Amino acid sequence: MRLKFIEEKIAKGFMIIASLAVFAFVVNIIYTIFRRGIPALNWAMISQIPAGGYYNGGGGGILNAIVGSLYIVLCSTILGLLISIPVVFYLNVYLKKDSRLAYIARLAFDVLFGIPSIVYGAFAFTIMIYLGMHTSLGGGILVITLLIIPIFIRSMDEVAQQLPKDLLDSTYALGATKLETIKVVLRQIAPGIATATLLSVGRAIGDAAGVMFTAGFTDSIPTSLNQPAATLPLSVFFQLSSPNADVQDRAYSAALILIFIVLVISILGRLITNYFSKHKI
Amino acid sequence: MKSYPYQNPSRATWAEDYSFLNNDINNDEGLAFNKSYLKVKDLNLYIHKAHILKNVNLEIPDKKVTCIIGPSGCGKSTLLKTFNRLIDDTEGIKYEGSILVDDTDIFDKKTEITDIRKKMGLLSQRPCPLPMSIYDNIAFGCKMHGERNRKKLNQIVEEQLKAVGLWEEVKNRLHAPASKLSIGQQQRLCLARGLAVEPEFILADEATSALDPISSKHIEELFVKLKQDYTIILVTHTLRQALRIADHVIFMYLGEVIEAGSADEIFNNPKQELTRKYLEGAFS
Repeated sequence: MRLKFIEEKIAKGFMIIASLAVFAFVVNIIYTIFRRGIPALNWAMISQIPAGGYYNGGGGGILNAIVGSLYIVLCSTILGLLISIPVVFYLNVYLKKDSRLAYIARLAFDVLFGIPSIVYGAFAFTIMIYLGMHTSLGGGILVITLLIIPIFIRSMDEVAQQLPKDLLDSTYALGATKLETIKVVLRQIAPGIATATLLSVGRAIGDAAGVMFTAGFTDSIPTSLNQPAATLPLSVFFQLSSPNADVQDRAYSAALILIFIVLVISILGRLITNYFSKHKI
Repeated sequence: MKSYPYQNPSRATWAEDYSFLNNDINNDEGLAFNKSYLKVKDLNLYIHKAHILKNVNLEIPDKKVTCIIGPSGCGKSTLLKTFNRLIDDTEGIKYEGSILVDDTDIFDKKTEITDIRKKMGLLSQRPCPLPMSIYDNIAFGCKMHGERNRKKLNQIVEEQLKAVGLWEEVKNRLHAPASKLSIGQQQRLCLARGLAVEPEFILADEATSALDPISSKHIEELFVKLKQDYTIILVTHTLRQALRIADHVIFMYLGEVIEAGSADEIFNNPKQELTRKYLEGAFS
């Protein structure tokens, strides 16, 4: 057999092994969470806040953490989109391809992308101390927004950089100003916005380090931005840290709820994006 | 149809297949009477330090098809994109001279660039429908310029789709994505989209080069029909196309206008040796 066909077979073998390894890894995680989480999952867990001594095996649920996480994720996603879209639009429509400012901005976003969330948390915590703020829902939203903005910008920017020049030219040729091209640009990069949103939601809902310093943790549901808020990852962490095996199992139930929320948001995101990107050229 | 001494016979035969266009290529009459609303005076264009357009002086006859021909890289498309200042976004661009549209210098600081562009419908090389429905592609420009009346918009969409012969093909799926149309239909849609904002000129940059022969024929037929109402400026690589539809021809070489005149003059009796050689196929 010729060498190039042998190479092809070996390479294909590696690809299959790599794909199976990833698949096995995912299945293993999901299996573990289901195996330990399903028996401990009950209606009280998602409908009640922790009763006294919950983390030592007492009654109640983690509604506080579910609501806290949803508040933080939804608010920071909306804020993140509102801040990131103008940045991406400016980088790709207003600045020229070889603009130095665009180059520096992209480099900065790459650096921000790689900064661990604990650093964001510590940074935000320092500012909060300076401003005399307490750990609060508002602080959590702020730090998670900062955390996901680079994800939003880099993912949308990758798609926006592929915007066909002819598309912008065609819009300008109708007498559009740069700002008036936004409707065209947003529709064209809708799949990129969806991917960015899914990545950001995943990161935002799963982050524990950033919110630990800023949102704090509480057994009650926050009713204002000034009150501390519980989050699911921290709830999982506290339950897993318990010496009580039943409480540890509840941590897996909480993880299951976390995954379910991410799944629902992902499916919704896909449906919304499919609707808006059906016209993409 | 006359034969063209500087075209090889197969090209002439091919041109005859398009006799349905009933083009007045050899009919020089009328050109002289058409007022020119687009004049280029001493235009020099530089990109960084490269001198791209060199001392261009032109008058584009009104309500005629003007073809800009020349070998690759001669500045045809650059000149076309200078007419509606789409070239402005190019890094390191600098120009001197003036382009007068209705006696307004498009480079004048007081001239609104969007007004200039609205006057110049653009048809690019590859059809580029907006990422919207067929209906919204046409209505987008009108809405942008303030037309909100639904009834009026419906009327414009229907009129423009009829003008490009697309209405019968799409009238039952106006809200389907424009990207689902065939490439030839997309190009006609782009033309209709441009016409909807009531331009005076149609700038076409090798508008048929990505299309199949039947679709190209459709577009050429449309140009011939539309020249009654619009001034059409067409950059083309295909001499046969220029031969079929041009009333006026501009030959460019290395950024300079070598010769410009009626199609009859250029194809039958070119004055410049370079034009003669180009038409003979000595270079392309």
